[in-house]
Amino acid sequence: MPNGAGSRLVSGHPPIAPASRPALQYLALAAVLVLLALPAVLTSYAVTVFILIFFYAFLGQAWNVVGGYAGQLSMGHAAFVGVGGYTAAMLSSELHLTPWLGMLVGGALAAVLGAVIGYLGFRFGLRGFYFVLLTVAFAEVCRILVSNIDALGGAIGLYITFTGDPRQFQFQDARAYYYVALALMLLATGVVALLERRRFGIYLGAIREDEGACEALGVDTFKYKMLAMIVSSFLTGVGGTFYAFYLFSLQPNSMFGIPLSVEIIIRPIVGGAGTLLGPILGSFILTPLGELSRLSLGHGGYHGLHLVAYGVLLVAVVLFLPQGAYPYLARVLRRRDA
Amino acid sequence: MTPLLEVAGLSKRFGGLVAVKDLALTVGGGEVVGLIGPNGAGKTTAFGLISGSLVPDAGEIVFRGHSIKGLPPHRVCALGMARTFQIMRPFPRLTVVRNVMIGGLGRHPHPAAAEARSRAIVDELGLGAKADHLAGSLTLAERKRLELARALATEPVLLLLDEVMSGLGERETETLVREIRAINARGIAILLIEHVMRAVMSLAQRIVVLDGGERIAEGRPATVANDPRVIEAYLGDERLV
Repeated sequence: MPNGAGSRLVSGHPPIAPASRPALQYLALAAVLVLLALPAVLTSYAVTVFILIFFYAFLGQAWNVVGGYAGQLSMGHAAFVGVGGYTAAMLSSELHLTPWLGMLVGGALAAVLGAVIGYLGFRFGLRGFYFVLLTVAFAEVCRILVSNIDALGGAIGLYITFTGDPRQFQFQDARAYYYVALALMLLATGVVALLERRRFGIYLGAIREDEGACEALGVDTFKYKMLAMIVSSFLTGVGGTFYAFYLFSLQPNSMFGIPLSVEIIIRPIVGGAGTLLGPILGSFILTPLGELSRLSLGHGGYHGLHLVAYGVLLVAVVLFLPQGAYPYLARVLRRRDA
Repeated sequence: MTPLLEVAGLSKRFGGLVAVKDLALTVGGGEVVGLIGPNGAGKTTAFGLISGSLVPDAGEIVFRGHSIKGLPPHRVCALGMARTFQIMRPFPRLTVVRNVMIGGLGRHPHPAAAEARSRAIVDELGLGAKADHLAGSLTLAERKRLELARALATEPVLLLLDEVMSGLGERETETLVREIRAINARGIAILLIEHVMRAVMSLAQRIVVLDGGERIAEGRPATVANDPRVIEAYLGDERLV
């Protein structure tokens, strides 16, 4: 976890030797090519699993900006998914605005909400658990509000009529969702990779470590935490559109609820918060595991048992890999190089 | 000539405790001023007030002609004042160079430029061999140097050093004194809190003595050391001798 736990362990930013950078880039390129070609050989169920892997990796990457790099533990990111999804759905049904544009409007509104939450949290210096509570509270308030607004479908939610029209963000072929989800994941990862190399990203890593020391060194920590929150909530809001139009329905409980917030943060934490590949690795570990336990345990009234599996895994990660799986993996690979 | 830093009537209380009371202090351009006093005299609080991490209850702080009272620390830093912390605060999971870059990026927004500057500073302070190590792995003496390197990277005109010598061995102290002198020779003014008297006496051109939050003496090192009030404040404290 950010702050505290295990400073004896290697950094959230493992200093990668410059020589291995190009090798890493070729590896990434090869991985992307494989993922592009993969749907040709996958079963339709496997395609669904990959869609979920990419989509949750995307949400995890979005959260990673503020939760991982800046170390501000938001536990209410579902609020941004909800705001983004409902915005695009309403714009589509009421104003016939294509969700392709609606997703940007949804992202922008989510960013406004992110800015409000960030302002309250950062201006009044809420740290750790208090910031967690603030973000949870906002998400819950959103959920309850939407549940009680009839124009938004109330507790029953909204349903999107399936037309199969790509202009309406709907596809006959599930493989199209696969490519959209993959594009979202790569886009967010590209954004984070860019931030990581710029002053903004470098500052975030230091803010996570010690805000007071950052201030003394001339870093406007409030400004950078706000920026991180805005970038993160915007991306998450964009994800809301995908979520809504992939499922064809929006319910307050699933779009704004705590379970979704948990799904969002658990992958980057397991994979390595504050690392570029952590959310992706985390999603490749956890999403199939979640699906598997849902399939094998979901029958016969064991609903929710996959959450127990999550819990056990999270405890194991905190105990044995407090920095997440990616830093561990990077260390093992480096050792083999040497 | 107006001094670089001018503090007047500075006061701060924490609940019932008056930590700093009606403090007046000046530092001229390029000057080295020592701030001494027994434990609990209010020295570190005074640093906090001047650098902006604490908000004064009363008083005025003028730095380079700007009133900086109530400005947040990052603004004070941008104006050219840098501080080190008595309890060092490295970013343990960042490398030494990255640590220094956090200070340097304010002046050199492009990471490559900031990194080049930071490497030069790290080399200069003898941390070159540890440049790419994590700051959490440094020894105490190295962490002291890292504090100094980070502060220097902000390119200050005034450096506030809070007990950078404490806990160092004799040889390490000597080296650091020499390095601080070299920094000062470049025109950077220094205000230093120090318990290692030999170091203060040899570095400072002027010394301000605090006791119970108040200034009880000020003057040249030799004069201050023989001031009866100062000796009384330090009574039983062999460090002064």
